[in-house]
Amino acid sequence: MDVILFTLFNGLLYGMLLFMLSSGLTLIFGMMGVLNFAHASFFMLGAYFAYQISKYIGFIPALFIAPLIIAFCGAMVEKYALRRVHKFGHVAELLFTFGLFYIIEELVQMIWGKVPVGYHVPEYLDFTLFSMSGMGYQAYAMFTLVISVAMFVVLFSVLTKTRAGLIIQAALTHPEIVSSLGHNVPRVFMLVFGLGCALAGLAGVLAGNTLGTEPSMALSLGPIVFVVIVVGGLGSLKGALVASILIGVVQTTAISLDYSINNFIEFIGLSVDVESLWRIIIDLTISQVAPILPYLLLVLMLIFRPRGLYGNRDV
Amino acid sequence: MANLFKSFSTWIIIGVIAAILPLIFDSSFALTLLSKMGVLIIFTVAYNMLLGQGGMLSFGHAIYFGLAGYASIHIMNGIGAETLPYFPTVLFPLIGAVVGLFFGCLVGYVSTRRAGTAFAMISLGFGEMVTAMTLIFVLFFNGEDGIQTDRMVGPEPFGITFGPQIEIYYLILFWCVITVALMYIITKTPFGRMSNAVRDNPERAAFIGYSVRRVRWQAFALSSMFAGAAGSLHALNYEHIGFESVSVIQSGAVLFMAFIGGAGHFLGPIVGAIGLTYLDSTLADYTEAWLLYLGLTFSGIVMFAPGGLAGLIVMHGPIARTDKKLLTSLVKPYLLAIGSVVTGLIGLIGIIEMLYFRSLISKGEGEVIIFWTEFNANGITSWLIFIGLILGGVFLSKKTFPMAKESWDHAISVVKTEISHE
Repeated sequence: MDVILFTLFNGLLYGMLLFMLSSGLTLIFGMMGVLNFAHASFFMLGAYFAYQISKYIGFIPALFIAPLIIAFCGAMVEKYALRRVHKFGHVAELLFTFGLFYIIEELVQMIWGKVPVGYHVPEYLDFTLFSMSGMGYQAYAMFTLVISVAMFVVLFSVLTKTRAGLIIQAALTHPEIVSSLGHNVPRVFMLVFGLGCALAGLAGVLAGNTLGTEPSMALSLGPIVFVVIVVGGLGSLKGALVASILIGVVQTTAISLDYSINNFIEFIGLSVDVESLWRIIIDLTISQVAPILPYLLLVLMLIFRPRGLYGNRDV
Repeated sequence: MANLFKSFSTWIIIGVIAAILPLIFDSSFALTLLSKMGVLIIFTVAYNMLLGQGGMLSFGHAIYFGLAGYASIHIMNGIGAETLPYFPTVLFPLIGAVVGLFFGCLVGYVSTRRAGTAFAMISLGFGEMVTAMTLIFVLFFNGEDGIQTDRMVGPEPFGITFGPQIEIYYLILFWCVITVALMYIITKTPFGRMSNAVRDNPERAAFIGYSVRRVRWQAFALSSMFAGAAGSLHALNYEHIGFESVSVIQSGAVLFMAFIGGAGHFLGPIVGAIGLTYLDSTLADYTEAWLLYLGLTFSGIVMFAPGGLAGLIVMHGPIARTDKKLLTSLVKPYLLAIGSVVTGLIGLIGIIEMLYFRSLISKGEGEVIIFWTEFNANGITSWLIFIGLILGGVFLSKKTFPMAKESWDHAISVVKTEISHE
């Protein structure tokens, strides 16, 4: 029971991290139709900036400054590059961000080197908050969870309760009308792009020290974030939240399950005697196949519910 | 008919030139490079059936290339161990084609409902899934090591063992000519035209009674088939296949080739494949930052010349047809514009190289060789030189680009009046 609780906690933690990434991505996609391939690169930049800033003035300032710098970078990318590409269509925008992904990865290698940098959890948060029957809950993990939940609450209330949020929501669906009401829609787009990047950057600040800050971190997380927004339904914030937590919990749970098909067959009192290829498949444990589970979920979703969990149009 | 004959003779001339090439460049480096180019030309043209002809941007097309490679190596090993009946090596790309077609049909069925960004995202998902599988199903993929084979199996008709690289080169060339010609013919068939129509306006295509999804699916499957043939040749060429050949890195590489070369024109991807393979093999020795330059070039092309290199050339077709003098009048302003861009680029490259040198290579030393010249990466002078070049380049571009644009506009307006007079 405690193990299950602990796994669920870790799943939730990972899920909220995915949500911080996917919320920005799905917001940008839903609003501008731009699929930002370099989204996870901003996540990586967040981690590196936080490493650099916390080296000089500490972790807490980094938590605020790094996302702000990322927001500025994102807004500049939108203003000076994406807006120019916009006239060639959404695929061109995606292609541009694909190039940007390579550029950021190489720049990071150029500045910080190819090996992981020593970005650590700050000492005053590096202790076990409480233990439950042998399972220690880290203070930093709790801190991350609190921040990410707070971020979700703020984002959601800004979008639904404030005037700015209403304009953003309206610009999502009816940009022409919002524009004719006198709002500067390109500027709204720029701000949303910056905001989305800042969310990814914040995720990087929070997760860089536990996942490891290295040049390949963007590529290892980026595709999963894409899966999240397809499974959740393109452009749906609620879908992104549910899908993030679902994938977070599924993947974390799967890693801790050392059962294979063979275990199950033996459990129900049978035994099989098969050769080579099949042997290997029935001996595969769930933890071994964990890395492909999100993609399997994507395929199943595409076959049975192409619009995703909360989407309103087919993929 | 005359047209068909003309295009056929062009293909034959290109094929003959390619056949003579290894006699001129006979070093083993050149031969390896030429073989690699041949394989990648097939793969890139196949990829462009999807990107350029069908309007589907895929980040996972390497899986058909790679899986066909794995299948070919397993079959070759099976023949070697005499657990499988003999199959002529010459026809191995057919095996790859079947494997590619099979997986293309399978994946295409679920992913071609929509084109555009949604399709791109799904293709990335599939690509990542297969990449993850290579590390899980170790018996088939053998993890990070990949699998080896020996291509010299079975009887040796006419003494051809396919041991020496030159024999593999001619095998690749043979299949390269056949597949590229086939893909060219496909673009001229009603199906090829329909694929273009679905790319440009799915609603209208659906309105005249075509199933948009079906057309996309067929294009996807055909493209995967040719990618599979290329994968098979890739495996034969290296006698090895590893997980990187199915990964997003390989998919990204083929996207770069097709797009930089020019996705809108049939010859574009061929130009891209030849050019980038050459640069990849040679520049990688000179600079650590090759991928950075590639990313910058790619983003630059997306922003300023979405038709790629081929698009830039084709753009001048009408001018050349109207009046050759008009084309020569463009040379001077173009050279000025290109010169100022190159000035800026030299500065940029210098800065990038020095930054790379300082962070990755230097151990307190400052001597770095850029453009065959020695610079001191720690001294202020070399930085000032390169920054000066960048600023100079930007300043000159501001002057020369409007001039180039003006001459271009003038030339096009002449062409337009010329056409309206006819």
